[in-house]
Amino acid sequence: MIRSLFIANRGEIALRVIRTAKRMGIKTILGVSEADKNSLGARMADKVVLLGPAPSSQSYLNVDVVVAAAVQSGADAVHPGYGFLSENARFSRAVSEAGIIFVGPTPESLDAVGDKLKARAVGVTAGLPVVPGGEAADVSEARLRAQETGYPLLIKAVSGGGGRGMKRVDRAEDLEAMVAMAMAEAQAAFGDPRVYVERYITRGRHVEVQVLGDGKRAIHLGTRDCSIQRRFQKLVEEAPAPDIPEAQHEALRQAAVRLTEYLHYCGAGTVEFLVDAERFDFYFLEMNARIQVEHPVTEAITGVDLIEQQLLIADGLPLGILQDDLVFNGHAIEVRINAEDWRQDFRPSPGKVTSACWPAGPNIRVDTHIESGDEVPAYYDSLMGKIIVSGKDRPDAIARMASALDSLIIEGVETTAPMHRKIMADARFKNGAVDTRFFEGLTNG
Amino acid sequence: MADEPLLSTEDVAEIIAVLDGTKYDSVDIQTKRVSVKFSRSGEGWTQDWKSASSLVEPTVTLAGPTVSKSNAIPDVPGIVSIRSALPGTFYRAPQPGAPNFVEVGSHVKNDTIIGIIETMKVMSSIAAGVTGEILEIVADNGVMVDKDGVLMRVRVA
Repeated sequence: MIRSLFIANRGEIALRVIRTAKRMGIKTILGVSEADKNSLGARMADKVVLLGPAPSSQSYLNVDVVVAAAVQSGADAVHPGYGFLSENARFSRAVSEAGIIFVGPTPESLDAVGDKLKARAVGVTAGLPVVPGGEAADVSEARLRAQETGYPLLIKAVSGGGGRGMKRVDRAEDLEAMVAMAMAEAQAAFGDPRVYVERYITRGRHVEVQVLGDGKRAIHLGTRDCSIQRRFQKLVEEAPAPDIPEAQHEALRQAAVRLTEYLHYCGAGTVEFLVDAERFDFYFLEMNARIQVEHPVTEAITGVDLIEQQLLIADGLPLGILQDDLVFNGHAIEVRINAEDWRQDFRPSPGKVTSACWPAGPNIRVDTHIESGDEVPAYYDSLMGKIIVSGKDRPDAIARMASALDSLIIEGVETTAPMHRKIMADARFKNGAVDTRFFEGLTNG
Repeated sequence: MADEPLLSTEDVAEIIAVLDGTKYDSVDIQTKRVSVKFSRSGEGWTQDWKSASSLVEPTVTLAGPTVSKSNAIPDVPGIVSIRSALPGTFYRAPQPGAPNFVEVGSHVKNDTIIGIIETMKVMSSIAAGVTGEILEIVADNGVMVDKDGVLMRVRVA
């Protein structure tokens, strides 16, 4: 039984894990870098262990350092959060070999889906449709792939996630420079420069299915729509995915369950699909073998605490929820408040947050690691917090989010809040589902 | 450090529901464990938390070498500094092992890329912004650079 939990992450997700662990009576130990020694996570954890210097490569991304810290802390289990080492099979193996429970799927599952090329192959074997494309080890191979996919195409990092190392290429003459930039970003973000090429589907929606598996059985917790993206960074997420005919909606959910059971998957995961915005045909993109940033919208409509489920499954318990037990209620929306100036091409805006007055009230949830006076360090991603609202239906949720954003006051750094106010007021968004081109049509005036 | 979580989202929602029916515009709640201020804002309310500091000593400065002191390098006639528009980690090459974008003696033009700055995991390339010859490399590869930190100095052509 898990009595003490080492959290190998930072930011809002570290706080999120601490909150559920405390509720379950589990002692929390947070590994921090020099830059995070006085972070909110460090203030809330029962114990804090210093990992190393601020750069992620010397702290949060360093497998040996993190495993040693977890061992030294005497923790029974390690929760990896998202990003960093969460989908690193070498890390999960090292944790297990140290006699500590890894809160996540087996290394075999991580191997199968962490490498996006392998994931494509697994998806095909499990009978899921995939987008045309394949590996491109260098520029000349990328050119060959481009002949198969045509333009526009997407370059993606094999070990990627969160849009890092992902580039859209519209013209052949841009391919070489974009491949180089994607490989550099992939190396910096994931320690793996490999990329692959996929056809770019212009009128697509990003729809994903939350799943839970215990190695034998799997269930879905419905869909999320994350089509509002900028450069493949999700900005707004909602659950359930709106305006999909029920037959196709059910086909999506069942495809996700099929893949999860095919993998004998153990833990929480997300199966991502690209859905044709008009015909509702869908293609399997990848499976994320971790908790997702946008998991709260699923929690809001199901009432299930996904972190708690992760911990119970990691403890070796069979799934405690039956598919038919789940009741889906209303509609939920999440916006990501990032320290970025959207009027200046989303220029990063790290620094001291002099005032952080987050919205509060019925149907509002805030997951954040930033209180008044806290720092947003330049070393890590720009996510300051997430505002999640739920409503009886989609229009109600949008109205509540607009009101919550009006209340929000952040001073000291620039944030993406003004952009979100604009999105909530956008007629295209209010009228129903949008595709991934939505953001291009949003003016920053 | 408390064994129990602080107020849950549901607790906050209930408190706000009560406050909303009163005439108060803001309420400060301070106990041994909790310090939070609820205030009216727009049509709703905000929550402003102040959690106790941790037992770890606070971080005073960013770790790692920085070139912040070189902000003070003055420009002299004919010599211009290339500065970083953002704080972050400076890279002189497109990827590890690759040749540097420029060296001392390289001729650069306005749009010549001289390096990359990584801020919040985003890579931004840095253009020379001036035509001339690289006189001095001030920021080494991999160092943390402040906003407006000097990266290189250029003898203007």
